[in-house]
Amino acid sequence: MDATAIHTPARAPESAGAVESSGAVILTRGLRRQYRMGDTVINALDGVDLSIRPGEYVAIMGPSGSGKSTLMNVIGCLDSPDGGEYWLNGQLASSMNDRELARVRNREIGFVFQTFNLLQRATALHNVEVPLIYSGIARKERLARAVEAMRQVGLESRLDHQPNELSGGQRQRVAVARALVTRPSILLADEPTGNLDSTTATEILELFDELHRAGNTIVLVTHDRKVGEHAERVVRMLDGRVQSDTRNSTS
Amino acid sequence: MLLGEMIAVALQSIRANLFRGFLTMLGIIIGVGSVITMVSLGSGAQQAIDDQIDKLGANILSISSGGMMHRGVSQQTSTLTIDDARAIAADAETVAAVVPEKSSRLQVKLGNQNENLQVVGTTPNFKDVNGYELAAGSNYTRADGAAKRRFAVAGHGVAAKFDTETEGLLGETLYMNGIAFEVVGILEPVGQVGWRNVDEQLWIPLETAQFRVFGTDTLDRINAQVAPGFTPDEAIIDLERIMRREHKILPGKNNDFGIGDPTQFFNVRAAATSIFAALLAGIASISLIVGGIGIMNIMLVTVTERTREVGIRKALGATRLNILMQFLVESLILCLLGGVVGILLGTGVSAAIAQFAGWQTIVSPQAVAIAFAFSAGVGLFFGIWPARKAANLNPIDALRYE
Repeated sequence: MDATAIHTPARAPESAGAVESSGAVILTRGLRRQYRMGDTVINALDGVDLSIRPGEYVAIMGPSGSGKSTLMNVIGCLDSPDGGEYWLNGQLASSMNDRELARVRNREIGFVFQTFNLLQRATALHNVEVPLIYSGIARKERLARAVEAMRQVGLESRLDHQPNELSGGQRQRVAVARALVTRPSILLADEPTGNLDSTTATEILELFDELHRAGNTIVLVTHDRKVGEHAERVVRMLDGRVQSDTRNSTS
Repeated sequence: MLLGEMIAVALQSIRANLFRGFLTMLGIIIGVGSVITMVSLGSGAQQAIDDQIDKLGANILSISSGGMMHRGVSQQTSTLTIDDARAIAADAETVAAVVPEKSSRLQVKLGNQNENLQVVGTTPNFKDVNGYELAAGSNYTRADGAAKRRFAVAGHGVAAKFDTETEGLLGETLYMNGIAFEVVGILEPVGQVGWRNVDEQLWIPLETAQFRVFGTDTLDRINAQVAPGFTPDEAIIDLERIMRREHKILPGKNNDFGIGDPTQFFNVRAAATSIFAALLAGIASISLIVGGIGIMNIMLVTVTERTREVGIRKALGATRLNILMQFLVESLILCLLGGVVGILLGTGVSAAIAQFAGWQTIVSPQAVAIAFAFSAGVGLFFGIWPARKAANLNPIDALRYE
């Protein structure tokens, strides 16, 4: 994609202190992100206001091009907004520098990708260890926590396998273990079942349900209605805006 | 600990592309290897010259006949006499010992074997002034000279010229220009001194040489050992004063003799050699730079190949510095590995040159240290750009990279 971001300075926080005291893990106000493709400017995010409280399980849904992935990347601090504010755990993430963002990605956010994004040459256990390495945690504790996370996703018998020796479902479990190992504030999942067959997809979703019951905050992007049904709250996006924000009665 | 992870990742990456890593390192290997070889050749040549200067003996000046100091045509007339030597011995307080010499190449015969050898007629103190040692027998004495006895001291290699055991020459009769000489002493090996191979020389008493062999009272050279506490320059002034007096040279006229410090010749050669060695090392280091560019090239490819990995690591909390260091460590390891192999190669090649070409080579610890440091420098210098490129990647762009 030949996209160039247009950066306009983020607005100064108008009411710092008042907004973040609501206890939300994630709070966005007027969040904007634009891409330029040739001569046309695409508003991937066109003023998104969203608040997610600790312990919630939220599915962000919408057709492709609706801005749901962009929203996910901005929430995950992989991408920076062009305008608006993003408060993560009471900190203004939209005005952080590289070091602070790296720290947030490391400690506050656990990311699960559609394509797993494991390090191919490392063992499953080492993959889970990587975020702890960047946290500067000592080897012994690192190993113990990585093994514990692998046990949590039911892969304690696959510690020394390389990603190419694992099935798709197992790879995604490794990715989930990697996301959990730093005990982040939120677990972000971008189409986590997109590359899996329906049986393994169900297994992964059951794992998410389990993690939710254990008190984790989960935000999940999907265009699959069945996946969305697992969440307790569904946010629908269209053309870079929040179209609807509903609670699933079933959960 | 983070550094440990970086080294592990770097080694993993090199191992995954072992052949490519080897080719990359080859530039550094050849660069460092040739620098080590060239520097060792240079220091070897330097050492060889230093050894020769040492062998010339400390502070020996040489007065020669003829117009070494003349401009224009040099004269080959023999103007030095034994009186000059006596005058120097008597009057020059800057000189500790005087060794007059009359020498020539002569046909020397043992049994039915003929050899053309340098025969030096000189006083017996030649041995101590030059620091020669006797291997067998004894030196001739002043009394032997006064009596014009036909005694000879042989260099260590003379026996071999006549296919004889070294010790076996002792007591044998050598015919020089048909005159019989008894070999009374044999020297320990000395080796090449200046342009002469001392080991293939014969020494006979000066008086015997002058009156029985050459039939002249002139000398070719007067060697003078500078006395302790005086510099060669002071001695040269002193010698020139005495010689001009002895030869009755009027003020304003040129000397009919020359005074030389043989070490000066070698000092000039030493300087030329060191320039040559530096030049060789300079040329060799160009290949190091070329090797460094090879490293940079491969590191750029590696960064491109591993863009996704950079994205993943950034998403998991790696800072710019973490990524920068990771790639820098990798290029550093490539260069240092190449440096170590290059040092081994260079040392091996120097040893091979010493073995087969017979040149003296010295692999000095300094040269090894500098080569090692230089390869590390190359790793850092040429690694920094690719590493920066990786570190500055935007996480989301890196993750999306296909």
